[in-house]
Amino acid sequence: MDLQTMTYLVVGASFALYIGIAIWARAGSTSEFYVAGGGVHPVTNGMATAADWMSAASFISMAGLISNMGYGGGLFLMGWTGGYVLLACLLAPYLRKFGKFTVPQFIGDRFYSKTASTVAVVCLLTASITYIIGQMTGVGVAFSRFLGVSSEMGIYIGMGIVFAYAVFGGMKGITYTQVAQYIVLILAYTIPAVFISLQLTGNPLPQLGLGADMVGTNVSLLEKLDQVVTDLGFGKYTTTTAGSTLNMFVYTLSLMIGTAGLPHVIMRFFTVPKVEDARYSAGWALVFIAILYTTAPAVAAMAKMNLIGTTNVAAMKGGDMFAPESSLKAEERPDWMKRWEKTGLLKFEDKNGDGRIQYYNDKTKDAAVKAKADAAGWKGNELTVNADIIVLANPEIALLPNWVIALVAAGGLAAALSTAAGLLMAISAAVSHDLIKGVIKPDISDSGELMAGKISMAIAIVIAGYLGLNPPGFAAGTVALAFGIAASSLFPAIMMGIFSKKMNKEGAIAGMLAGLAVTLIYVFAHKGIFFIKGTEFVNAIGGPNSFFGITPEAFGAVGALVNFIVAFVVDKMTKEPPEHIQHLVESVRIPRGAKAVDGAH
Amino acid sequence: MNDTGKAYWSAVLGLLAKVLVIWFVVSFGAGILFADALNSIKLGGYPLGFWFAHQGSIYVFIALIFYYAKAMNKIDRKFDVHE
Repeated sequence: MDLQTMTYLVVGASFALYIGIAIWARAGSTSEFYVAGGGVHPVTNGMATAADWMSAASFISMAGLISNMGYGGGLFLMGWTGGYVLLACLLAPYLRKFGKFTVPQFIGDRFYSKTASTVAVVCLLTASITYIIGQMTGVGVAFSRFLGVSSEMGIYIGMGIVFAYAVFGGMKGITYTQVAQYIVLILAYTIPAVFISLQLTGNPLPQLGLGADMVGTNVSLLEKLDQVVTDLGFGKYTTTTAGSTLNMFVYTLSLMIGTAGLPHVIMRFFTVPKVEDARYSAGWALVFIAILYTTAPAVAAMAKMNLIGTTNVAAMKGGDMFAPESSLKAEERPDWMKRWEKTGLLKFEDKNGDGRIQYYNDKTKDAAVKAKADAAGWKGNELTVNADIIVLANPEIALLPNWVIALVAAGGLAAALSTAAGLLMAISAAVSHDLIKGVIKPDISDSGELMAGKISMAIAIVIAGYLGLNPPGFAAGTVALAFGIAASSLFPAIMMGIFSKKMNKEGAIAGMLAGLAVTLIYVFAHKGIFFIKGTEFVNAIGGPNSFFGITPEAFGAVGALVNFIVAFVVDKMTKEPPEHIQHLVESVRIPRGAKAVDGAH
Repeated sequence: MNDTGKAYWSAVLGLLAKVLVIWFVVSFGAGILFADALNSIKLGGYPLGFWFAHQGSIYVFIALIFYYAKAMNKIDRKFDVHE
């Protein structure tokens, strides 16, 4: 069977499965719509959380980023997993005990203020909507690469599928499709990795393969990789950091805090029956996430090794990498390279006209490498590789059968759709529960609110689709913004709401606004106001990365610190929260008395 | 808050401090600040600092959460505030 047919078959089967689940899991009450009825098993919830959390970025882009960054890429690995420790012991169990449908509702009740909950809604909507744009474009990309349809068509199909299970099933439909999507995406990610690890190191477990010797030699994979990348003028794989050590430190911390503060993840923990379950469920979520996250660095290093080994025969066999016959002849390049050239993600340009491909770092500071390249008549790097290829083309590079390639397509779509659905859930709950029921029409009936939830979900899907079709020129910067907002506004407010009995509404609101403001200013200064080109004002803040060399992506932790400081200063200057709020905090802190999650305001 | 409540909360905060110290030491410590120094030690084919940044801290995070959940259960029962 040819690749195209096979891909249609596998992706079609996965979609049929999601729709089947949608028909089975329809939501009949607000409790089913917002929290899947509140009876989800902690392991099931862990699996759904893993799919909810792992987006198109984790599945498609992360290994490629690590492959380019080397050791410094570890900031994504540690940052996007370490947040679960914070979530498990600082937030999730307490919010589950509080027992309401949404995150803004906690902030509104705890800080006895509609203003506080409205600020939280605004933060939630900004973070979730910016995040969802990336998922929709991811859906379009996966469709256009693998299924030969236009990316617009792909987005429409994706919207239709999400509509089927999110609008009618709410959290209930989303939970069980996310479980199915997790299984699809994890198989798609690990199967190619196992084969590649076997080919390079003879060890089927990528986690061990990365630390093993190359097949038939007694040189370890990482040692070999370090040697060939430095020979070609790249930074040493196992030690190159992301900017300064301080930047890597702050970046990692920002991703951790942002992870813990993202409302679509927190919400998942409202679906388990007990406080105890919320704690264990966070652990299970991390187990399922770790299966992908510990495989990714192996995929990254092995793909780099394979790529260099393909373009330069001396890399694997030894010998002079700068000898003319070491470089791959352009006409003998493998089929997968030709295939990916058509997508524009891989580019070959014969700069020195020798009919061979030279892949090296032409901007290297290593004078010896430069001299060798010049002596060999190399006129610059001739191969540009987009980071996304590393995962998408992996099965082809390893010469795996067509069904594996088809599975990778289904996996990429599962990752994007599951995260999109979780974000849509957070958005529609904030609109129907926090705005419509909380502020605009408090006396709305349960069935009225359910209808409002479904309508806001449908509208959110249309908006997300529109933004995916017309990405507002800032798609690349959006994920950083989502994490920055979650880290600088929501995480500190929730944490202080639990761990400080005396934190009052003035402090919390001032803190959220201050944290949000500094983060937005720093990000916008670098990337333009609302990412509009030409409106950057980076000189006004003293030049790029002026705050101790910290990049805007890494700034969320600084915003969080500002939030905490402002909140405590304002809190000290204003009056204590009322007695009943302090009792509320005491009751949130102990598990006893936890009841099913409900929506009463 | 009564005395039992206070004692319960300080037990919780004590556990939390332990968990967060380990969380910090494996990721920010071993994975970032001391990665260079640890790289001179080899774990199989892995330089140790690199291993912590790309593998080890994730495994420790998992162990930490399950340890925390278990220890919290014990504390909840000891102070009779469990569900």
